Amino acid sequence: MDMPAPKPEILRRKSELATRLRAILTKDALIEAPEELKAYECDALTAYRCPPLLAVLPETTEEVSNVMAICHEMGVPVVPRGAGTSLAGGALPSEDAVILGVARLRDVVEINTSDRYIRVQTGMTNLAVTAAVEDEGFFYAPDPSSQLACAIAGNIAMNSGGAHCLKYGVTTNNLLGVNMVMADGEVVEIGGAEMDAGGLDILGLICGSEGQLGVVTEATLRILPKPEGARPVLFGFDSNEVAGACVADIIRSGLIPVAIEFMDRPIIRATEEFAGAGYPDCEALLIVEVEGSDQEINDQLARIIEIAKRHTPVAIRESQSAEESARIWLGRKSAFGAMGQRGDYICLDGTIPVGALPAVLKRIAELGDEHGHMVGNVFHAGDGNMHPLILYNANAPGQLESAERLGAEILKLCVDAGGCLTGEHGVGVEKRELMTHQFAPTDLEAQMAVKDVFDPTWILNPAKVFPLDVSASRRAGA
Amino acid sequence: MSILTAKETAKSEADLVEIIRGAGPFVIEGGGTRRIGLAEGENLSTRGLNGVTLYEPGTLTLVAQAGTPLHEIDALLASERQRLAFDVPDLRRLLGCEGESTLGGVVATNASGPRRVAVGACRDFCLGVRFIDGRGEVVKNGGRVMKNVTGLDLVKLMAGSQGTLGVMTEVSLKVQPLPETVVTLAVPGCDAAEAIAILSRMLGQPYDLTGAAWQNGEVLLRLEGFETSLRYRVERLKALLRRDGVEHWGAEICDPIWRGIRDVTVLHDRPGDVWSVSVKPSEAVRVLEAVQPEDVIFDWGGNRLWLLTKAGTDVRAKLTSGHATLVRASGETKRRLGVFPPKSPTIERISAGLRQQFDPEGKFNRGMR
Repeated sequence: MDMPAPKPEILRRKSELATRLRAILTKDALIEAPEELKAYECDALTAYRCPPLLAVLPETTEEVSNVMAICHEMGVPVVPRGAGTSLAGGALPSEDAVILGVARLRDVVEINTSDRYIRVQTGMTNLAVTAAVEDEGFFYAPDPSSQLACAIAGNIAMNSGGAHCLKYGVTTNNLLGVNMVMADGEVVEIGGAEMDAGGLDILGLICGSEGQLGVVTEATLRILPKPEGARPVLFGFDSNEVAGACVADIIRSGLIPVAIEFMDRPIIRATEEFAGAGYPDCEALLIVEVEGSDQEINDQLARIIEIAKRHTPVAIRESQSAEESARIWLGRKSAFGAMGQRGDYICLDGTIPVGALPAVLKRIAELGDEHGHMVGNVFHAGDGNMHPLILYNANAPGQLESAERLGAEILKLCVDAGGCLTGEHGVGVEKRELMTHQFAPTDLEAQMAVKDVFDPTWILNPAKVFPLDVSASRRAGA
Repeated sequence: MSILTAKETAKSEADLVEIIRGAGPFVIEGGGTRRIGLAEGENLSTRGLNGVTLYEPGTLTLVAQAGTPLHEIDALLASERQRLAFDVPDLRRLLGCEGESTLGGVVATNASGPRRVAVGACRDFCLGVRFIDGRGEVVKNGGRVMKNVTGLDLVKLMAGSQGTLGVMTEVSLKVQPLPETVVTLAVPGCDAAEAIAILSRMLGQPYDLTGAAWQNGEVLLRLEGFETSLRYRVERLKALLRRDGVEHWGAEICDPIWRGIRDVTVLHDRPGDVWSVSVKPSEAVRVLEAVQPEDVIFDWGGNRLWLLTKAGTDVRAKLTSGHATLVRASGETKRRLGVFPPKSPTIERISAGLRQQFDPEGKFNRGMR
């Protein structure tokens, strides 16, 4: 993975920049000491690290605006950062970039349960949003697995989903309005508490834009009444094909499970050794969760079991209690940790049409063998959002590169199957160079033309999302 | 080779490219059933781009060309017991026009009916798009999967853009299985304030209402799903309502009622202007007091107000929040008040910037901004 060389004139003006930033920030909001900057040298894609020029942690939208105005005037790249949980290098800095963290913007601005929204500053964590409205019987629906740590700012930047988005949608379906600081420091209000903003859907454009268009400092989010209850059922199957066919039948049945999770044999084995959830020894496993009253849950699970039985599952385990539910989810929730015990891994998130699941899983296994890496698959089957985990040994020379080559092959496979490179993690630096496999030059040009409108000098998170050679002339103009 | 002009109907994307490169300005037209802006230019029809490209009931995905008539899509989906989730309004009677609605027009106007309160708008079901920009370049974005954050989301940008950025040629959509059954609860004798109180309280309950409206003094609450579940939910809602005279109806009675709300039937064939106002439900009563409309429908739990006003009334002048679209009025009133809500200077600058990038010569739908 390459990053462009830092611009020497920016490195030269570091102390001038620091002086100007210090003047507009509260006293400990500017981070310049090399040992403190180390905390900002990477996000959750830890394979790549680079200390930033400086980091700032503003406390108000106005401070964010002032920081942007200064960086804009001096032509300094700015890398926005939420909680730094991106798996795609979305918050990876460069030597000549300022990290702009929103971690100190964490106030609840307004809660309105009768109009069903909450307005928050975007440094708040995903789970804290739900915690703020829980006592009144509401929750915020998108639930990325990093929800304890990840910030709303990053959720908006990556259009985060989660296990339950099959029913509730992803961030873009739950976002009503934002306050955004533009590249030149101007603050713009987009949308509000109403269901639509009128005019062009700029909010839809902002969501998932990976910090390319602005820094979102406040957001109005739709909140929903908490369901009465939820319980899963677990099925074991003796092949991925059969499990895939079962998923398709459940989806078209008219039932709306809140989650359909899929685990393949390598993951089942790893989680059994790690967490001992008591999963059946089989090729593929589905966890299907439904919501409602106790009786509604029983009825829905009965229907789902009836559908699954047509596919002759080798195991059925229906939860009757909170404890049984927790046991069924235990293995799924510890899957990443279990794979982490076996070595380092790259987590991909290519998405495919659900019908292509069996063929894609088969080909992933073949590709893994060819490249000499074990690949486990644990993912949101209901929406085709795969999460292949490629194991490698970071200490063995060449292993990371070989795992990345395999990852690229798998993502191309997802695109060729009618899917896309990333469902919820974002492109970042990780999948940047693969964009030409999914998009024609005119498609990428159209997207970059949108960035030109918001950030004409390309100072916001440059060298991300678009292949370096494709964006080179625009970045050089900055 | 003869040069195609907009006078002939383009039969393919390539035809459209040729026409667009050769002339302009254009007014893009699918079925011509949802045009509320003022037309300025030559008609450019997408009706020749007709056909479903892909339909996979098992993955709830449909891809169709922009000129495909909506009724053909509805019929195809119904044959697999599926539908478009977002309840596409039929505004022909309201707007006094005829024609066959097309998929492209539905998406370009983000046409969404009562079910939006539960499932989202048309834009929330748009997975991918192909369009031709003002230079005649074909651009694709999104795809046919539910989760996709690969690059910037131009699908959302095109949905609801009123044809001001490009001519859509193909759209892929997520579709929805038909529910087993449907029930509507009707709460008669409610004024606007009571209606908002009931709607907000009931939407705050975990019963997944797929319709929440008020018209003719009656609050209407729709539930869709499996029969046993609906029986339970109806009982729960009735208990929470604690009111006499609450009725519940099955499909034969409630389908026409919700079609009526979707299509704004109560305001058909009545003199005056029709506005669609987007507000927080808690502001709805204040809007009515300020505007004093001739008649009103609350949809989306009071998030959308359909207002019938005396001709020439400037509803926007009376709003303190939210925004208003002038859906039906004389050309003179539309020119004087503007059809679409005004934007803040920054949003206007961004919007103009986007139009400049996609349609630098201003070829498309000048009267729809």
